[in-house]
Amino acid sequence: MAVEKRVRFKNWWLPWLLVAPQLVIVLVFFFWPAGQAIYQSLLTEDAFGTSTQFVGAENFLRLWHDESYLASFKTTALFSVLVAGLGLTLSLMLAVMADRVVRAANFYKTLLIWPYAVAPAVAGVVWLFMFAPSIGIVSFWLRVLGFDWNHLLDGGHAMALIVMASVWNQISYNFLFFLAGLQSIPKSLIEAAAIDGAGPWRRFWTVQFPLLTPTAFFLLVINIIYAFFHTFGIVDAATHGGPGKDTAILVYKVYFDGFKALDLGGSAAQSVVLMVIVIALTVVQFRYIEKRVNY
Amino acid sequence: MNMKLHAAALLALTALAAPATAQTEIQWWHSMGGALGEWVNDQAKGFNEKQKDYKVTPVFKGSYDESMTAAIAAFRAGTAPNILQVFEVGTATMMASKGAIKPVTQVMKEGGIKFDPKVYVPAVAGYYTAPNGEMMSLPFNSSTPVFHYNKDAFKAAGIDPERPPTTWPEVALAAAKLKASGHKCPFSTSWQSWTQLESFSAWHNVEFATKRNGFLGMDTRLAFNTPLHVRHIENLANMSKQGLFVYKGRGNAADATFVSGECAMLTGSSALYGSVKRNAKFASGIGTLPYYPDVPGAPQNTVIGGASLWAMSGKKPEEYKAVAAFFNYLSDPQVQAVSHQRTGYLPITTEAFAITEKSGFYKQNPGTDVSVNQMIRKVTDKSRGIRLGNFVQIRAIIDEEMEQVWGGKKSAKEGLDAAKKRGDEQLERFEKANKG
Repeated sequence: MAVEKRVRFKNWWLPWLLVAPQLVIVLVFFFWPAGQAIYQSLLTEDAFGTSTQFVGAENFLRLWHDESYLASFKTTALFSVLVAGLGLTLSLMLAVMADRVVRAANFYKTLLIWPYAVAPAVAGVVWLFMFAPSIGIVSFWLRVLGFDWNHLLDGGHAMALIVMASVWNQISYNFLFFLAGLQSIPKSLIEAAAIDGAGPWRRFWTVQFPLLTPTAFFLLVINIIYAFFHTFGIVDAATHGGPGKDTAILVYKVYFDGFKALDLGGSAAQSVVLMVIVIALTVVQFRYIEKRVNY
Repeated sequence: MNMKLHAAALLALTALAAPATAQTEIQWWHSMGGALGEWVNDQAKGFNEKQKDYKVTPVFKGSYDESMTAAIAAFRAGTAPNILQVFEVGTATMMASKGAIKPVTQVMKEGGIKFDPKVYVPAVAGYYTAPNGEMMSLPFNSSTPVFHYNKDAFKAAGIDPERPPTTWPEVALAAAKLKASGHKCPFSTSWQSWTQLESFSAWHNVEFATKRNGFLGMDTRLAFNTPLHVRHIENLANMSKQGLFVYKGRGNAADATFVSGECAMLTGSSALYGSVKRNAKFASGIGTLPYYPDVPGAPQNTVIGGASLWAMSGKKPEEYKAVAAFFNYLSDPQVQAVSHQRTGYLPITTEAFAITEKSGFYKQNPGTDVSVNQMIRKVTDKSRGIRLGNFVQIRAIIDEEMEQVWGGKKSAKEGLDAAKKRGDEQLERFEKANKG
C-alpha cells in the first residue's frame, strides 16, 4: 500500500517561496553559465573579443571533422572506465578492511583520507616525480626489474600514470562513503548470517554488498563525473595530453583550447558536447543501473 | 562619525597638496619568475628612482600564456594593465587585435619622445613590425636557440671540448662517442618546434610557412614538410632509436636535464645561460646551432624567441605618457647592455652590443656572443622570423606529431605532413576569425 506522502499547502505561492533560494542558486550558478557556454559556442571571436561573428553550428561541425577530437572520445571512455572501475574497487576493498580493523582504526582511517586534501594538479606532479623516466624513484625500481618506463613516448605508460594519479586522488572520497555505508549496516544482520554458517566472503557478497548498492551507485555517478571534469589538472601537470594525443581526454582539450590557445568558441562548443554526454550518461545510470539498486 | 569627518578632511587636505607631486602609476604585467623576476623588478626600480612623475609597478602574472589569458580577461572586464609582456608566439594574436592595443610608435609619438626603430637589431625589430612598416611593440627580452654542451662530458668521451660540433653529422658522431663513454643522454632538445623546425628553417634559409613565414598576411600556410625538413626529422628519429637523442618532453623540460648534467648536449634558448652559469656543476660551453653543410645558404641566421612589451588600449593620456617615458628608459643602450650581460637575452640594439663588446664581457665569458652572432646578420625574406596566428595550437600540434615520430609510431614524412595539415586548419581559422 502506497502511503500518501505529499504535503498539501493552502497557498499556492508558499511552496514556490520556500524553494526560491534553491532555485535562484541553481539558475544563477548552473543554468546561466551553461546558457553562456551554449551562446559562446555559436560564435567565432578573436582573443580579446574585439570582433565577434555568429557562425551557427560551425564550431560543432569542425569538431565533427577533427579526427583527433573523435579519437579523444575513445581515450576519455577508456580513462573514465579505468578511473571509476579501479577507484571504486580499491576503495571498497580498503573500506571493508578498515571496517574490520579493531585497534587504531581511526589512525588508519585518517591516513586513508589524506590524499583527498591534495589538489589534482599537485597529485599529478607528485606522481610525475615518482615516475619521471630519469630521476623518478618508481621508474628507477622498474628499470632495476628490467622494465623500461617512459611515459614521454609510450602512450600506454602515460595513460597508466594519469589513471594512477586520478584514482589515488579520488580514493579517499570513495572510501569515506563506503565506510559510512558499511557502518550503517546493522550488526545483527551480519551476525545472523554468521550463525547460519556464512563465511566472511559470502557474508560480504550476500549481505553487505547488496546493502551497499545505493552508496556504490551514488559513487559511480560521482566518479564518472570526476573522471570527465576534474582530472584536467592531473593531465596538464603529468602529461600535457601526450605523447601525441594519447592522454588528451575531452576536458583537457576544453581547458587547453580555451585557456592556453584562447579559442573561446571552439572551447565552448566542446564544453557543450561534454555537458550533453554527461547528462546522457547520468540519465542512463539513473534509468537502468538504479533499477538494480536496493534502497 | 567624528573620526570619519576627520579622515575626510585629512584626505581633502592631501588631495589639495598632492598636484605638485602627483605620480601617475602604471601597471606592468610580466611572466618573469625567479632570477629573471628580480631583473624585471630592478628595471622598474631603476626607472622609478630616476624620475618623480611616474611610477611603474611590475606584477608577476604567471607563465607567458597565463599572463596573456589574465590580460585578455582583464581587457574584457575593462581593467587591462598598461603594459603587457607577450611571448613571441602571441605576437600575431596581439597584432590582429587592433582594438586592444596601441602601437609603440604611436605611444612614443604622443608622448613626445623620439623613437627610432632602426637602432634595433633587424631580426628583432622586423619581428614586431606590422606589414605596413609600423613597429607595434617594444622588444624587451629576446633570445635565440643555441647549442649548449657539457665540456666535462666531452673530455670524458675524448672529444675536444673547445671545438663543439657545428653540423648535424658531427653532432651524431659526438653523440655516439658520448654514448660509448657511458652517457645515458648524449643529446636532447627544448622547444622542439622552435629549435628543430622554426629556427632550423631560417638557419637553412628555407621557409617554415609561406608568405614569408606569415609576415605578408594571414593567408599564410605551413611549409615545413620539404625533403630537407623530412631529412632532419628522420635523422633525429634515427638518433632517438639508437639512444643518441633522448626526448625529454615538451616546452623547456629538457633544460633541467642539461643543467643537472644528465644530458650532455642540448639545443635550447640562449637565455638558459644564466641558469647554467649559476647552477651547473660542470664546465659548459655554447656553440652555434648545428646545420647541414651541403645545404646552400646555410647557416643563415636564427629566429627570435622571448617576448616584447605591448601598450594596451583605452587608458588615460597621462598614463600613456608614463608608458612612453618608461619605454624610453628601457631603450637606453646602457640599460640594455646591462640586461644582456645579466640574463643571456640578446642585446636588442646594435649599440648595446657594441658597449658590451667594448667592456670585454665576451672575452671573459666565452660563448655569450654566439647568440648575438647568430642574430646580428643580414636577414633574408625567409629568415626574418615566423609570425603565425594560433601559433600556440600549431606548436602543440607539432609537439604531438613529433612525439609520434620519436616513439616510432609515424615516419618523419607522415608526422610532418600531418602536422602541416592540422596546422593549416588553425591558420585558416585564424584568418577567418580576424578578417573583420
